[in-house]
Formats: sequence, structure tokens, C-alpha cells
Amino acid sequence: MTDKTELQYTAEHEWVLVEGSVATVGITAYAAEKLGDIVFVDLPKAGSSVAEGKVVGEIESTKSVGELFAPVNGTVVESNDAVAASPELVNSDPFGEGWLIKVEFTELPELLTFEQYSALTGE
Amino acid sequence: MNSAPPPRQSPLHHLHEQAGASFTDFAGWLMPVRYSSDLAEHHAVRTAAGIFDISHMAEISVTGPDAAAFLDHALAGLISAVPVGKAKYSLILEESGGILDDLIVYHLTQGAYFVVANAGNRDVVVSALQDRSAGFDVEVDDLTDSIVLIAVQGPRSREIVADVLDVPGLDELKYYAATEGTFGTAPDSSADVIVARTGYTGEDGYELYVDVPDAAALWQALVEAGASRGLVPAGLASRDTLRLEAGMPLYGHELGLDTLPEQAGLGRVANLTKDFVGKHGIEAGPAEGARVLVGLVSEGKRAGRAGYEVYSGDQVVGVITSGALSPTLGYPIAMAYVDKQYSEPGATLDIDVRGSRVAASVVQLPFYKREA
Repeated sequence: MTDKTELQYTAEHEWVLVEGSVATVGITAYAAEKLGDIVFVDLPKAGSSVAEGKVVGEIESTKSVGELFAPVNGTVVESNDAVAASPELVNSDPFGEGWLIKVEFTELPELLTFEQYSALTGE
Repeated sequence: MNSAPPPRQSPLHHLHEQAGASFTDFAGWLMPVRYSSDLAEHHAVRTAAGIFDISHMAEISVTGPDAAAFLDHALAGLISAVPVGKAKYSLILEESGGILDDLIVYHLTQGAYFVVANAGNRDVVVSALQDRSAGFDVEVDDLTDSIVLIAVQGPRSREIVADVLDVPGLDELKYYAATEGTFGTAPDSSADVIVARTGYTGEDGYELYVDVPDAAALWQALVEAGASRGLVPAGLASRDTLRLEAGMPLYGHELGLDTLPEQAGLGRVANLTKDFVGKHGIEAGPAEGARVLVGLVSEGKRAGRAGYEVYSGDQVVGVITSGALSPTLGYPIAMAYVDKQYSEPGATLDIDVRGSRVAASVVQLPFYKREA
């Protein structure tokens, strides 16, 4: 289990784990809970370039659709095939096996700390 | 915004909180949307049982010597033909034939009826009934605040209800029939419950009407009796996917003031052998080119949702009113209003799913039918 306090966050309810020049991105437990049971995820393929703040994928539950925003500028180096096959991983382990994409970036924008994100969600 | 009253809470709210429910504002009520997983709740209802608090629904009592004649006048269906102990699905229409609400009417005892309306239309229905009662010797009472409505739905619902309630003739109680049962609240006292074999899930099941003071004990007893039989508390999210699979319309989605019953496939609900409010509109029929309700299915996982447009080639020919990836069937399903020439089963159309086209075929409703 990832230490949530070590992660960075976006206001769009994504978490970002930075290791070197690669950011692993997922959605937070708060977002997964709000969506309900996730039944389909559409993720960008490895090699696609993504721009910070732009929609790069979709996360659908039975009730609604959530958009995945790229938290950084860069190139997708891996997208999580396990989640594409078993979208429920996003609900069961949003900070672990439910990760969505890994993006190689050159510059990291300013993201939210765990405290800032917790204040945002009121949890 | 500051004029909106805070959402109302069910008398069972504290039990849902204890059970870890998430809540949603539905028609001015704060109701459970899910307890843990809406998919698990959906599957439980299809395979075992689920228990729903639907106290937001409106219960309106209609009594008096003219009750049957009054309901024949006020509603589209022939209510006077409903025997004691039976229920009937009906509609309350505007003069134009537009749908004010869809309802279930129970004939409880001779001359005493119970009209169950959607939460969002409670005030509209109560005032329409009161307005239409002029000249009839009837009393119309809104009992919503004193009644809790609990639905137990799913193939194992009968044994659970039988375990908790004393209902004479439960095994013979037919679909769309209702009777009185009792529930032991203490060794020497019991509470009356109206037990109806109705529901909104496409499964066998019961709807239980109970007075507010007895409701929490009844809910807890049902949960306890159901636990070993796979019953789970279920929220509005699963209720919506269940009713969608069963092809059941939801007011505000498939039904509205701008919809005539015929367009929604509910032409049979109106009985033209009698006079009633809305008859002229029904007889005039839908406007030329009025769209009709159909079922759509597609392949893959991307579901069309309410508001998405339906295309034939580059032409918009319809709009989706409800849609989801069907938990039971595993493929996307939707209800949509489409131009009549595209409404035949087998017609192929496209759904605009956020900018990309998904092929869909028109099918007969319902999408899901339980095995008899």
C-alpha cells in the first residue's frame, strides 16, 4: 500500500507518485467512491503525448463518467492493462493496483500536498 | 440557492448511516445511493435479495363513497375495475394528455385506495387529485410523512418476508396484489403492514408500507432474516440499473409533461371507454413526427447516457433518456426517444458517446426478463 501522505495530488482528484522523471497517476479513493463501481476505463496508449490539464482518458461507473486529466506534460510510457481488463481495481485499490498511467515528464508542475488535498475534499 | 430547503431524511436515515451508506439528494430527499458497491447490490437483487428504503415515494389515501368514480375521472386507467386486494399501474395526465406522473393504485379495502406517486411529483399529484375531487364525495390525504416504504426484492424475498411478517395467504399473493400483514414488535404487540407484491427491479418482490414508529424495527428484522439468504441493503444506484434492465420508465427521464402515454409505449394504460382528465389529448394523439421510446443495445463497454444524441448517418434522430453498462447483461443498454421510422427492432443507429460514434440496435423492451 502506497503511503498516501507521500503522494501529490490535483484538484481533479488524481494522485501522482513521482519517481525520477516518471509520474504514476491514478484517481483518489475519494474520487473512486464518488463515482461508484467502475466498469470501464479508457486510457491513453503508451507513446501518446499528453498535456497538463487536458482530458486523456475516461473512467466510467454504472452511474456516471469521470474524466482523467493529465497532471503533467509528457509522454505516456505505460498504461495499466490490468485496470483496462479489471476496472474494479480502481475501486478496490485506487492507490495501488488501480493506478492508471505512467508519464515521463521533463518538468513537474506544482501539485497539491496530501494536507492540501485533504482540505479540498474535507476528509 | 438559499431558498432551497435542506433535503429531507428518511425515518430510517440513522440505520443507513450505521450501515455505511453514501447518500444522494433525490427529489429533495437525502437517500442512500449505495452502501458499499452498487454492482454487488444489483447482483444481490438478481440472485438473492436486496432491501431498499424508498420512503421518499408519496403515499396518498383516497377514501369515500365516490372514491372509485373519482379515480376513474382523475387517472387514465379504469380504477373502478380493480378488485379489493389488487393493484394497478396508472398515469395521471394533464388535459393535453401529457404525463404528470406514473402511479401505482392499490385497492386496499372496499372504497379505500392508496395512490403511490414519485417523490418529485408529490405536491403536483396531491394538488391535482384535490382539484379534480370537486363534485365527488371523497377525501384525499397525503400520508407520505407517516409511512415508510420498504422494498424487498429478489428471488429470495418471499422467504424473508414470510420469516419476519405474519401474512395470511402470502404464498398465494399474486403479482400486483396487496394484503395486510402484521409484524410482531414485542411478544404481546404487533404492527400492521401493507404487503404488496410489486416492485421496480424486474425481480419478484414485495413492497411493505409501515407506519413510521414501527419502521426501524421492521427494517432491522428483515436485514437480520435476510443476512443468511444473501440479502443486502441496496441504494438508489442499483435501483436505477435494475429498473433500466427491466425496461421500466422513470419520471423525468422516460416520462414527462411533453410525453403522451402512447409515445412511451404506455397507450394501454389509458382506458378510452370512460371519461378522464387527459382523454381528449390521448384521442388527438401525439403530434406528427413525435418520437417514440425504444430500447437500444450496443457492443463493448461504452454506454450512452441520458442526453446523448442518437444518429442515423449524420442526422440526429433521437436522444437517450437513460443508459448504463448493464450489470446483468454485460453490454450497454439505453432507453431513447427516436423518430418513429427508426423505432422498429433491428434498426441500426449510432450513439454519440462524447464525440465518438457507438453503433446501437433497436430492441424490444425489456432488456432483462426474469425466468418465470
